[in-house]
Amino acid sequence: MSTTPHVVISDVTRVHGTGETAVTALDHVSLEIHPGELVAVMGPSGSGKSTLLNVAGGLDRPTSGTVSIGGDTLGDLGPRDLAQLRRRRMGFVFQDYNLIPSLTAAENVALPLELDGTRARLARRQARHTLDLMNLMELSDRYPDQMSGGQQQRVAIARALVGTRRFVLADEPTGALDSHTGEEVLRVLRERCDAGVAGLLVTHEARHAAWADRVVFLRDGRVVDTTGAERAEDLLAGDGAR
Amino acid sequence: MSVRLGLMALLAEGESYGARLRSEFEERTGGTWPLNVGQVYTTLERLVRDGLVEQTGEADSEGRIGYRLTDAGRAELDAWWATPVDRTSTPRDELTIKLALAVTAPGVDVERVVQSQRTSTLRHLRDLTRLKRDALGRAEGTAEGVAAAQHGLAWLLVLENLVFAAEAEVRWLDHVESTLARHAVTVERAARAARATTSSASDTGSTVTSPGATPALLEGNPS
Repeated sequence: MSTTPHVVISDVTRVHGTGETAVTALDHVSLEIHPGELVAVMGPSGSGKSTLLNVAGGLDRPTSGTVSIGGDTLGDLGPRDLAQLRRRRMGFVFQDYNLIPSLTAAENVALPLELDGTRARLARRQARHTLDLMNLMELSDRYPDQMSGGQQQRVAIARALVGTRRFVLADEPTGALDSHTGEEVLRVLRERCDAGVAGLLVTHEARHAAWADRVVFLRDGRVVDTTGAERAEDLLAGDGAR
Repeated sequence: MSVRLGLMALLAEGESYGARLRSEFEERTGGTWPLNVGQVYTTLERLVRDGLVEQTGEADSEGRIGYRLTDAGRAELDAWWATPVDRTSTPRDELTIKLALAVTAPGVDVERVVQSQRTSTLRHLRDLTRLKRDALGRAEGTAEGVAAAQHGLAWLLVLENLVFAAEAEVRWLDHVESTLARHAVTVERAARAARATTSSASDTGSTVTSPGATPALLEGNPS
């Protein structure tokens, strides 16, 4: 496991609106995610979970503070470079899968690569490679309506991580799934992180957050608690459970 | 539940002897309930005395005495399977009592108590989930045979119970927190209203200064 964090969120504040009506969605939040690490964000609704995810994914810009992915500070990039970084280095997973109904699983997974200019044949090959890696080959020729929710979400994770992407942002990925299927999806996410991907997971379910290495607890835009900053390697070095 | 019924349940699967019963009991409950061998023998002796278990004969060459369930024992065991576990007695859970006391104790930061407990419980939940991942692998793996997979499954179910309990605790803590926050607002409003009335007409209004959040807290207690 590398010791350089892949994602660095540094003293980020995000204020929506101005003057009297200003709402501080994030209040001096700092967070690092190393390759191989899955970090869960919990907190009551309105605590800033989604804003944090959007800021980390470059969908929203912080009012102050910085976000860097793989050494590149998002705020320093122009719109074109930012869009490219988002296409090449990170992927989102949503609650409702967001697969394109008229495309097969393999085509859905290949889509981000094709949108980034990769030739169709190469993109398909890479998509199949990712599906194979995740034991999803049997789904590759199916359309979304021929797959269960859990299967669709696993394909969505493959899409988020196809090609060179090493950062996955998941917003309540188990929200639409029953408890068993939800666990299966988290297992897949966990395996990808164990293989070296950095993951940020927003969830309101403690049992799902428990798949993460760390849980960051937000309230009113502030990190009120984390389940210790210890990482897997530190755990192995000592410090028992609890 | 008692060790007694646990041993009877194992003996219902076939005759066995003390040391094996002990290791089997621990294995089947995933080590969550360690027994010492003395405890097993004392329990077996009592079961024999009560006619629920009998010896199969003399000690074998290695000095082991076999035991089996009697018909009376089987009837008692069947009754146990058929009877729900009593959950109606008042819980004497340390955390419940700690929080109930923290709410009224002067100078205690209840929010902090809730927060640190939640951190600890979430960490525990994470550790359980790690164990569960291994158990899932074992329960699915058929390489080690059906018996191993079944034991993996038993352990998985024990783990799941602990996961559900930890999850419930986190939810309860969230609930305590929001209840306290809501209550603080109510108290604040009442205090402001009381100040307004005392300034216009001098009257009591002293009751609202007491926090007295215990009833609100207990509302959230599932017991």
